[in-house]
Amino acid sequence: MKEFVEGSHAIAEIITKTNPGVISAYPITPQTHIVEDLAQMVANGELKSQFVNVESEHSAASVVLGASATGVRVYTATSSQGLFYMQEVVFNIAGMRLPVVMTCANRAISAPINIWNDQQDSISLRDAGWIQIYAEDNQEAVDFHLIAYRLGEDKRVMLPVMVCMDGFILTHGMETVDMPEQDKVNKFLPAYKPLYKLDPANPISMGLLADPDYYMETRFAIQETMKQSIEYLSEISAEFKSVFGRDYKDLLVEEYQTKDAEKVIVAMGSVCGTIKEVIDEQRSKGKKVGLLRIISYRPFPYARVYEALKDVPKVAVLDKAVSLGAYAPIAVEIKAAFYGKKKGPKVISSFVAGLGGRDITLESIGEVLRRLSTKEVNSDFIDLKPELLKEEYGE
Amino acid sequence: MENSLLFRPGHTACAGCGQAIAARLVVEASGANTVIANSTGCLEVFTTKYPDTAWGVPWIHSLFENSAAVASGVEAALKYLGKKDSINVIAQGGDGGTGDIGLQALSGMLERGHDILYVCYDNEAYMNTGVQRSGLTPFDTNTTTSPQGVQSSGNIRPKKPVPEICAAHGIPYVATASTGFPQDITRKVKKALSIKGPKYIQIHVPCPLGWRYETEQMIAVAKLAVETGLYPLFEFENGVIANRKQITPKPVEEYLKTQGRFKHLLGNPEEVKKIQAVADSNILKYNLKAA
Repeated sequence: MKEFVEGSHAIAEIITKTNPGVISAYPITPQTHIVEDLAQMVANGELKSQFVNVESEHSAASVVLGASATGVRVYTATSSQGLFYMQEVVFNIAGMRLPVVMTCANRAISAPINIWNDQQDSISLRDAGWIQIYAEDNQEAVDFHLIAYRLGEDKRVMLPVMVCMDGFILTHGMETVDMPEQDKVNKFLPAYKPLYKLDPANPISMGLLADPDYYMETRFAIQETMKQSIEYLSEISAEFKSVFGRDYKDLLVEEYQTKDAEKVIVAMGSVCGTIKEVIDEQRSKGKKVGLLRIISYRPFPYARVYEALKDVPKVAVLDKAVSLGAYAPIAVEIKAAFYGKKKGPKVISSFVAGLGGRDITLESIGEVLRRLSTKEVNSDFIDLKPELLKEEYGE
Repeated sequence: MENSLLFRPGHTACAGCGQAIAARLVVEASGANTVIANSTGCLEVFTTKYPDTAWGVPWIHSLFENSAAVASGVEAALKYLGKKDSINVIAQGGDGGTGDIGLQALSGMLERGHDILYVCYDNEAYMNTGVQRSGLTPFDTNTTTSPQGVQSSGNIRPKKPVPEICAAHGIPYVATASTGFPQDITRKVKKALSIKGPKYIQIHVPCPLGWRYETEQMIAVAKLAVETGLYPLFEFENGVIANRKQITPKPVEEYLKTQGRFKHLLGNPEEVKKIQAVADSNILKYNLKAA
């Protein structure tokens, strides 16, 4: 059913339809509307979940960890500093192979404190063992939560999944969303049946000490599952299409006008909507430009990226995060996809834009395409204000 | 399942460890229908080194400071499943995991009113990492990070009053106990579990490595802490003190001289006087003196 709703409300609605046993969260902008709406649904009796209001994000993550280990479906949401405060537990949840689903309302990291959007928060937790998928719009944000539960709870996977949606741009944006109907949700996402759980009828110990004789295999197992999840994403996407009609292809990347393109921008999240607009405009003038949108950042789809870009002469990677002192995060992956390969772009330039909520406009994207020349650049910042830099560094 | 199988022998605790005995008494008092969330620390390490476990009840360890929050999640899930009334949920950890790094999670668990018993095994320092001082290390104790030296007679602060902090949350039941009085531990755990809501029991558990006593003296050392007034045993009900173990106070030297961690004080009457003052203050505060 089509609804014109705020992104956060749409997420709360779809989470309600997944019937989580336990929800726990701590308020942080711009995640708040999601959990407020869920609290209201519990208060109204529309949602039978236990809603646990905690004293910190560390405890929010710990509560859903404990509940998931007890065998129920769980949900939490956070952002920015909250995600960083959870970090220890975030790694722990993956190590314990618990299929927690979390929304990350992407937001910049302090200092300076800034509540607006970039993707530094979730990207910084890329090594945690969570599957990370990034939504371009609110329809995807809604659908990806169903896919997240389906994938994470798959017995072949048993990993946590983070659905990343740009803070404010998506969480507070009003869009028309085709809200999945309950009967279809039930068909696509059966009730959660855990492999193991804390149950006095069958007592087990979870979270044991693994010494050097045992530790490495646990990490290897997650790495293998991550690699295999590349295929499971495609498989689940096909099932999603058969139930809901929306086609996310392999759920790894989206190719937009890449086939004959001479210049392709690689990006992730809501900025891709703006990029598509620029591409349409430039294509109408006969310019061969395209977009490769990364949907699954973990696992990273190297083979798909290679296939999509192997014949493209020039690639611009647009990161909404930085790895201070190194190449930008997505750019590193794109370059790695081509190392030692016969085919590949002559130039892979890397651009950083939109940090701390600075608007990425049509002009910003135009600037990226202009700077994408035969001379490769790395972590080239777009839309810097020269007058502020002068203030900072002097003449 | 027989209660004697809920905490099995064969674990790797030190000889003379008070925590191993107290933990066994706690789980046996609770019975087979129990789920335990355990903080990182000695108890976790010596009972669950993969692929072995000493636990006969469902047991989970996540991190150092979050057992109260993990237990909150377990309890919420059991409530959702409609099973909470038949299952006891226990969170447990050491004094550092409870009163220092885990205090926030513990306070959250108490304030939210979860039906959970939190048990703190108080051996008065970070023993698992090599005897560093914690917020619950007593005044003048020689530890590896509050060492005795020319400028120092040991830990500069008295114990953090965690039981009182818990009681201030207005929870239905708070108690202290001691490995020196095993039947009292059993009684208090059973009493706590008969009450709905958040409960806190702090058990004094001697540590042979950190305290440096002869291993066969463990029970005697624990008893002396209580009998000198240095470790008062009491019960708070709904924020008000309801019961205490009355004593005929012994001088604190009798306790201090049993342990290497206090050895530096024995030739120093000024410092012993300060410790006697701690005991005297406890005796007065909790009205410990037998009539």
